[in-house]
Amino acid sequence: MSNFPYKVVVGLEIHVQLCTKTKMFCGCAVEFGQPPNSRVCPVCLGMPGVLPVMNKQAFEHSVLVALALNCKIAEFTKWDRKSYYYPDLPKNYQISQYDLPLGANGFIEIPLDGGRTKRIGITRVHLEEDAGKNLHTAGNFSQVDLNRAGTPLLEIVTEPDMSSAAEVRALAVELQRMVRFLGVSVADMQKGHMRFEPNINLVITKDGSEYKTPIAEIKNLNSFRALERSVAVEEQRQLDEFLETGRVMGMGNKTTRGWDDAEQTTVLLREKEEAHDYRYFPEPDLVPVEMNERWLNDIKAGLCELPIKKQMRYVNEYNLSDYDAGVLTAERSTAEFFVQVVDAGGEPKRVCNLLTQAGLKLANEKVCSVAELGITAGNLAELAKMIEAGTVSASAGNTIMQEMVKSGAAPETIAEELNLMQKSDTGELETIVDEIIAANPKAVDDVKSGGKKCKKAHGFLLGQVMQKTKGQANPQIVSQILAEKLN
Amino acid sequence: MAKKIDQTQVRKVALLSRLELTEAEVAEFTGQLSAILEYVEKMNELDTDDVQPLAHCLPISNCFRADCVKESLGTEKTLGNAPQRDGEFFKVPKIIDSV
Repeated sequence: MSNFPYKVVVGLEIHVQLCTKTKMFCGCAVEFGQPPNSRVCPVCLGMPGVLPVMNKQAFEHSVLVALALNCKIAEFTKWDRKSYYYPDLPKNYQISQYDLPLGANGFIEIPLDGGRTKRIGITRVHLEEDAGKNLHTAGNFSQVDLNRAGTPLLEIVTEPDMSSAAEVRALAVELQRMVRFLGVSVADMQKGHMRFEPNINLVITKDGSEYKTPIAEIKNLNSFRALERSVAVEEQRQLDEFLETGRVMGMGNKTTRGWDDAEQTTVLLREKEEAHDYRYFPEPDLVPVEMNERWLNDIKAGLCELPIKKQMRYVNEYNLSDYDAGVLTAERSTAEFFVQVVDAGGEPKRVCNLLTQAGLKLANEKVCSVAELGITAGNLAELAKMIEAGTVSASAGNTIMQEMVKSGAAPETIAEELNLMQKSDTGELETIVDEIIAANPKAVDDVKSGGKKCKKAHGFLLGQVMQKTKGQANPQIVSQILAEKLN
Repeated sequence: MAKKIDQTQVRKVALLSRLELTEAEVAEFTGQLSAILEYVEKMNELDTDDVQPLAHCLPISNCFRADCVKESLGTEKTLGNAPQRDGEFFKVPKIIDSV
């Protein structure tokens, strides 16, 4: 119904749970799925008189992410209390970083269609502690589990540089891949390791003027699908609302919305105005953190080639499609294993196919990564060579790979045992081709006549040879022999 | 002399802190808090142009611990002080939450 051109403007707040062994300020274990309230102590319970102590690993993980996001790392950073009352926050404040975040002014490159990338600004990166979990029962009360309270949580805030739901998703996926590459988060969406809060509004051009719709923030999205859908749905909702009411952005008319997955809509959340009065003040129980060059260099040593760079390099260096390179670089160990196999002599595209097809399927079944399947890079390179040389077919290659996982044997041994070697012996194949030609005069005529039916008839004869040899003939060689004999 | 803080502000602070105050207390605390603020205002007499804001009163930084697990309290001890429990959970009044 709208003929007005408009742009979507989206910024994103992302919370990432870091994969430390213990909580941010106490030694309680960070473990998913433990009995409720079993991983808590006086510190994370907010008992009077306790003293929080910073987890060094969590701080270093955070700086590493900030570095990967091209942020300026603060030489001096401190902690602040953010006050609010909620049963999952036992201290009645959250320890966070307010005016001096550990990283600021960075950017991330996100992949777009066709191998293009876009740079999205990173406003700030800071470390804080997570809250516990409230469970809403059917009764007239709520349950609280504080196991998660105090878990190190990295907050990343982007600039409003995204202009579509697809870009928002691309950033979220890229960030997941990045934190996994850096080894600082398991980033398992199902376990709530990553949570997203997009801020959305539209800039609509109408009668030569630009109108900005009021910003809406969608809270607590924990899947890529919900994130992308909610942004797309909110975009349409704001457009409809503007056309109906003409309401534009103004002081204090930013709203908070929730995502209703069942209805696929965003719903207005009513919040008390006072709730936003966080009354930040410096945390007196924690001393500041000062970064020096030596420490920063130690942390920098933990950086690696980032996934998007790797993906682009694989496209250029190994001549892979952007899609293939994307699948290979989804996990760092897979990407690195790929290179090992190629270095051992495997042709890149063959190796890629083996890893991304049979490999990922097998890894899923065994719930491990491709690199952990137990196949050596040398053996896999050998298999890729056999497929390349036509000694075994590509489909036999997948079967052989499956056996390699089971037995750990070399591909040649398996191919021989399972009788999967392709017949490439021209003499032997010629005899069979002759038999097939003799038995199928109609198809032979069709090939010789060269008309429309030629290609189909050729395929039919090829199929007959393959059937006769139980799939062991090398189809390329059979095709060649057929062509020679019938021309 | 004008009060540093008025009754509306005291009521707001009380609300944010989830404190229930009587009318008499609101009046009493308005006076007391104003007096405190007036006293602290003496600091404004100092020239602080070349003084860095203080993040912490101790002149130390970087107090870290290693990422090593320590034993937690366990569910029973944890819930020991809770006014109400529901199995292994703290039991609290229903949270009004739209999502």
